[in-house]
Amino acid sequence: MSLSPSDSVAIEDAQVASGTPPPEGAAASIIEGRSPWRLAYERLRRDRASLVALGVVVVIILVAIFAPVIAALTGHGVYEQFRSTGLTPDGLPVGPNSQFLLGTDDQGRDILVRIAYGARISLIVGVVATLAEVVLGTVLGLAAGYFGKVVDTVIARIIDIVLSIPFLLFAISLVSISHPSLTIVIVVIAVFGWAAVARVVRGQVLSLREKEYVEAARALGAGPWRIMFIDILPNIVAPIIVYATLLIPVTIVIEASLSFLGVGVPPPTADWGTMISGAQQIYQQAWWYLLFPSLALLITTVAFNIFGDGLRDALDPRAEQLYE
Amino acid sequence: MIRFLIRRVLLGVFVMFVVTIVVFLIFFVGPGRADVARTLAGREATPKTVALVSHRLLLDRPLTTQYWHFLDGLLHGNLGYSYYHGQAVTTILKEAFPITLSLALGAAVLWLVIGVLSGVLSAVRSRSIWDRIVTVLALFFYSMPSFVLGLLLLYVFYYQFALHGIHVFPGAGYTYLTADPLKWFEGLVLPWITLALVSAAAYTRLTRGSMLDVLNEDYVRTARSKGLSENRVIYRHALRSALTPVVSQFGIDLGVLAGGAVITETVFGMPGLGYTAVHAIQDQDLPVIIGVVIVASAAVVVANILVDTFYAVLDPRVRLH
Amino acid sequence: MTENGVPADAAGGDVLVRVQGLKKYFPVQSTSAFRRSHEQVHAVDGVDLEVFRGETLGLVGETGCGKSTLARCIARLLDLSEGHVDFDGRDITNLSARQMRPLRREMQIIFQDPYGSLNPRRRVGSIIGDPFALHGVADGAERKRRVQEVMELVGLKPEHFNRFPAEFSGGQRQRIGVARALALRPKLIICDEPVSALDVSIQAQIINLLADLQSEFNLTYIFIAHDLSVVRHVSDRVAVMYLGKIVELAPVEDVYQVPRHPYSNALLSAVPMPDPNQKVDSHQIILSGDVPSPINPPSGCRFHPRCPKAQAKCSVDDPALIPVLGDPPGHVTACHFPVETGEVMESRPGVIAGEGAPAA
Repeated sequence: MSLSPSDSVAIEDAQVASGTPPPEGAAASIIEGRSPWRLAYERLRRDRASLVALGVVVVIILVAIFAPVIAALTGHGVYEQFRSTGLTPDGLPVGPNSQFLLGTDDQGRDILVRIAYGARISLIVGVVATLAEVVLGTVLGLAAGYFGKVVDTVIARIIDIVLSIPFLLFAISLVSISHPSLTIVIVVIAVFGWAAVARVVRGQVLSLREKEYVEAARALGAGPWRIMFIDILPNIVAPIIVYATLLIPVTIVIEASLSFLGVGVPPPTADWGTMISGAQQIYQQAWWYLLFPSLALLITTVAFNIFGDGLRDALDPRAEQLYE
Repeated sequence: MIRFLIRRVLLGVFVMFVVTIVVFLIFFVGPGRADVARTLAGREATPKTVALVSHRLLLDRPLTTQYWHFLDGLLHGNLGYSYYHGQAVTTILKEAFPITLSLALGAAVLWLVIGVLSGVLSAVRSRSIWDRIVTVLALFFYSMPSFVLGLLLLYVFYYQFALHGIHVFPGAGYTYLTADPLKWFEGLVLPWITLALVSAAAYTRLTRGSMLDVLNEDYVRTARSKGLSENRVIYRHALRSALTPVVSQFGIDLGVLAGGAVITETVFGMPGLGYTAVHAIQDQDLPVIIGVVIVASAAVVVANILVDTFYAVLDPRVRLH
Repeated sequence: MTENGVPADAAGGDVLVRVQGLKKYFPVQSTSAFRRSHEQVHAVDGVDLEVFRGETLGLVGETGCGKSTLARCIARLLDLSEGHVDFDGRDITNLSARQMRPLRREMQIIFQDPYGSLNPRRRVGSIIGDPFALHGVADGAERKRRVQEVMELVGLKPEHFNRFPAEFSGGQRQRIGVARALALRPKLIICDEPVSALDVSIQAQIINLLADLQSEFNLTYIFIAHDLSVVRHVSDRVAVMYLGKIVELAPVEDVYQVPRHPYSNALLSAVPMPDPNQKVDSHQIILSGDVPSPINPPSGCRFHPRCPKAQAKCSVDDPALIPVLGDPPGHVTACHFPVETGEVMESRPGVIAGEGAPAA
């Protein structure tokens, strides 16, 4: 449960490039001081594809936030089953029409409204689980990389074990022995996900640990935690951010997969994975039930991925820039 | 080198045992113990009957006893019997494994070939129209959840085809290779594509990135300046180093995959290891779960060894380890 | 350099740093399949040294002779394998990190690499402000004022407080390093090849800066370098190191005028003479072979395999560091057959120029 390794490889280079040093003397004072973040921001601004992707993400967030508004506008609640208007006389779902813009599902519920509410689940799990993984993974990766020796050996072994566990099977097991809920899903994903982050962070820290400015900090009398958070962390935060952004769509897909297999958020909560699972039996008669939630999922993940790629390129200008 | 491999095997076996212990723990902590006996005994059963069933299945014994019983069986090649179906776990595994293996290997070959070739092509013709197309496609498929792809493929190639009288790809199920090779193949095409495309996209990105890095290295520039043809430069010099992270990732993926391409098997109704495991978990059928877990872990270990061996072939520095 | 140019020890200055029998060994990373190798790198193999208050002690030697390791042991960035280090009268050999902390205000380091020794993601003001922050000396506006004050002292514009290291040239970055070391007015500053990575014209500026600061703040320097001309300019006394041991230690002019150790002679003979017409000492001594590995140093005197004057005794007895040939007590040499005044050392017989690596 980690990113595509190409992203990991590229992320290891995602340090902000420094500008060329200005000449000494008078010329030095004329040149403006620009922080590496500012430079990255400028680069990102010029990347149209990433901006569009970011816009799409914002739209999705808005849809999730204003889901109740959508429900109110259409007049269809998210759990409401419209057996007379929403189902054909044979009990099959109704296709997209003026009343149900995206059709209904097998229980006569408005798909548009359910997709809007489903966005909430995907985004919440995507963001919260990723955040938890990243924080946990960063702290442990920092500790392992910096302290070395025993601490590193222990943490590295744990990382190895966690990464060799077949995630999906274990996730299913853990969820089935407790009551499925949103919290459980987030916890399960985070418990397995931190290891990949920690491994990347640890690698970064190992390469920075021998730098002279770390030695200088020790010579000044700085303690290990101070060095980790004030000297090392700022130098690795860029790759971590890129990793996190690219991890969000992965988490969203995992959540959808878990729901698809029946071990995600329990019904009747609207969730894209659950909807697609429900469509399995009936897509031959109701293609819209399969198509629209799938599209929602796809658009979300593609948008996050494009933005993540753009972010990586902005933070590491040496990488190939493919989107103008 | 041998020492290194032995260490890896031992570590793998150790992990396998840790994992089985964890599975036992989960089963113990969860409702499994009580539920299994109750379900098997039937709805009308009296508590006495339930207790009897529980006793027969050793469910009323403490964790250590059950685990010991399992270990004992393992050493004798006996993995126990399914709670629900009564079949020997080894039999269940024997039937399920070839399914997952066919699926995994076929898909793996497919994604490796597609992924690496498109990645190399993309890197070599960087910034050309091909590169752009490949990169966009890779991004698209990388973002796609496999079950979505599977279902969409089924919709088009199974349902729509059937509507038009073409019956090539089955909607579900699996035919053994030994029974009917053609049907075996047909039944696997859609699952292969489903499983392969998503990973292929990841490999395209990986290979492209890695290849681009290598092509910028000084030694490649040297090879070019020596007058070597571009093809030779790429295929003999650059590709070898560029492939290292790809091989590494492949090992990880293959091992994980062989444990059960759960989602694909579910979508296509193929009773492989993953499918079996999911149902076993939902039924809390402990012996079967353990069986699958062991096979999965063993697959990971074997895959890792193969990868490490291949590494040594690819990178002579490793041999001196 | 002291104010009136008189060597500190002659003036009776007291000892700021005393090193006794310091040894530092590093375990070798095993490359074989066996887990543990019992080989060790003898980075520093028995050094006795005193650094007097207010002086500048130059420490020279080739790469790998152990000078940086010695400096780091003195600064307790490394633990000693054997021996003692006293700082300002106090034995700091076995102090824990926490115990060392307050002492770090008194002892600072300027590093060699102006590009690596500053955290690229931190602003200069924050980097220089670190000492104040770490030791709770000043906060907020007061800290900013003092940071700008020290920036001015080293020749940087205080307005550049908020810039990043990438926006400065190599020489300026080194000034930042000096500012950081100087911030809390330490007693001792260890300069680990502070100008080696700089252009020659900038080197002079930094060296002069260091000299000025020394007079103004009564600093003591341990100045590590491999460039002999630089060392000559800044030091009061010079110690020459070879393969983890000090082979000669003397007031600066004595080392350059009457070097006693064959190695010192070889080093000096390699210094290019600015005046090509000068015939004196234009005969370059070429040592045969490379510097031996510090994992398995030669027996007896470590220099004997390459020494033009070596004899049987040299491979057996490790010479003591004592005054030889009637030298004053301040000039010690570790050699059985030191070079006489006016003696012209020959290269090893049979050694042709170009064969074997030249010294320095």
